[in-house]
Amino acid sequence: MTLIEARGLCVRHGAATVLKGVNFAIRPGEIVTVVGPNGSGKSTLIRALIGLEPAAEGEVIRRVGLGIGYVPQRLHIDAALPMTVGRFLSLPHRVPMDEAEAALVRTGVPGLRDRPMAGLSGGQLQRVLLARALLARPEILILDEPTQGLDQPGIAAFYHLIEEVRAETGVAVLMVSHDLHVVMSASDRVICLNGHVCCEGAPHVVSAAPEYRALFGFGTGGALALYRHVHDHGHDHGDDHAHHGHDHAHRHEDEHA
Amino acid sequence: MPDDFLIRAGLAGIGLMLAAGPLGAFVVWRRMAYMGDATAHAAILGVALALAASLPVLVGTMIVALTMALAVNGLSGRGRAADTALGVLAHSALALGLVAVSFLPSVRADLSSYLFGDVLTVRWGELIWIWVGSGAVMALILWRWDALLTATVNEELAMASGLDPRREKLVLTLALALVVAVALKIVGALLIAAMLIIPAATARAFARSPEAMALLSVLIGVAAVIAGLWASLHFDTPAGPSIVVAAAGLFAVSLLPGRHRG
Repeated sequence: MTLIEARGLCVRHGAATVLKGVNFAIRPGEIVTVVGPNGSGKSTLIRALIGLEPAAEGEVIRRVGLGIGYVPQRLHIDAALPMTVGRFLSLPHRVPMDEAEAALVRTGVPGLRDRPMAGLSGGQLQRVLLARALLARPEILILDEPTQGLDQPGIAAFYHLIEEVRAETGVAVLMVSHDLHVVMSASDRVICLNGHVCCEGAPHVVSAAPEYRALFGFGTGGALALYRHVHDHGHDHGDDHAHHGHDHAHRHEDEHA
Repeated sequence: MPDDFLIRAGLAGIGLMLAAGPLGAFVVWRRMAYMGDATAHAAILGVALALAASLPVLVGTMIVALTMALAVNGLSGRGRAADTALGVLAHSALALGLVAVSFLPSVRADLSSYLFGDVLTVRWGELIWIWVGSGAVMALILWRWDALLTATVNEELAMASGLDPRREKLVLTLALALVVAVALKIVGALLIAAMLIIPAATARAFARSPEAMALLSVLIGVAAVIAGLWASLHFDTPAGPSIVVAAAGLFAVSLLPGRHRG
């Protein structure tokens, strides 16, 4: 039972073909990450899957009545529009105050309800956006480069949060990222995109694939370990990830202790 | 007891602001000021066409304003080039309207009342139409409020929530055309956009929520109407521009330090 599926999807912007022959499917509870260089069509794929971009060829099938929690790449609220966090969480459907607060607590930003959206830091904004997406009780969370503008510990913490939410609610997660190293081991499946699907599979399979290496080179092994380390530290799953003990990994431990 | 004509003028202005307040907030939030101008300027062309075709002025204005708003709608949101295109449309519409009017001697004599409004001569019959039009706009905006607001905050978020931002944009376009038709008699084609933008911009300094800003826009607009009419009577100045000057005065007050809130 897939939540969203694309078959032979082509998307064109004017004369330019941005995506070509993309086959994609995501099932309940899966974490799938789309990686690819700038201009590879990552965001376009996400937008096409949500229905924000028409398919020039092929088709996108969303399960009927699918609840999507969407976290956009950027959210700029015009300074002319006064908007508190609490009001934002109630768009487009009003939510009770205690539910809104509970969502903020869950995403690690309690007590922000009365703050203006314009005054939030990048990290706070991302967590508020996530809280809003979760309030709709979605079956799938879709995040387009959710960690842009966050520092390295902030990025790791955010992905950690996503994993926790998935574990608690069973929500499927589809992310776009170029924080390759940090994100990959958090994923069940990685899709490497460059106008078409270059390769696809478990993180360690993709990171070893020649297509992936051709796009991203070899420099990500250490950082992949960094994320595993942080992950194990915060959460004792009792699994047997290797601890490579990189120096920079230790610098981020406090973030999750 | 104020004179009858003054009560009618006041009621006309208040009726207009019930719609122009909340719509003006959206115009400010969505940066549609140019679109407001283009639509309002097209109203003069509507007057000319309505009189040439022996239609009620309100109907002609409404049709032309709606056509213009739809044309502009198609152009807006397409980056810098749209800004230029809007500027071309806004001023061409006004110029075309003025040229068209020159073929109609009856309007020609009366041109300034269409450009700057003539609220002191508003009749009870016209007043009813002002309130009907304004009431319709207000009902439309209230009905779509949450959807409009979501689409204004972020179109992608709105679409992911199952809303259609294009539909919400159309709602605003329709509302804008109606408000232009209603406001023509009150402040005139040249100053309609002012009554959308200035009260809303003034309200921004005092509002912490979108709802408060829309409500305050109405109140500030009503205050400007009353102050402007008073000044018009007292100093024998034209009513429409006086109302806008009063609104501008309130805006200046809102700029005083210590007033800005989140």
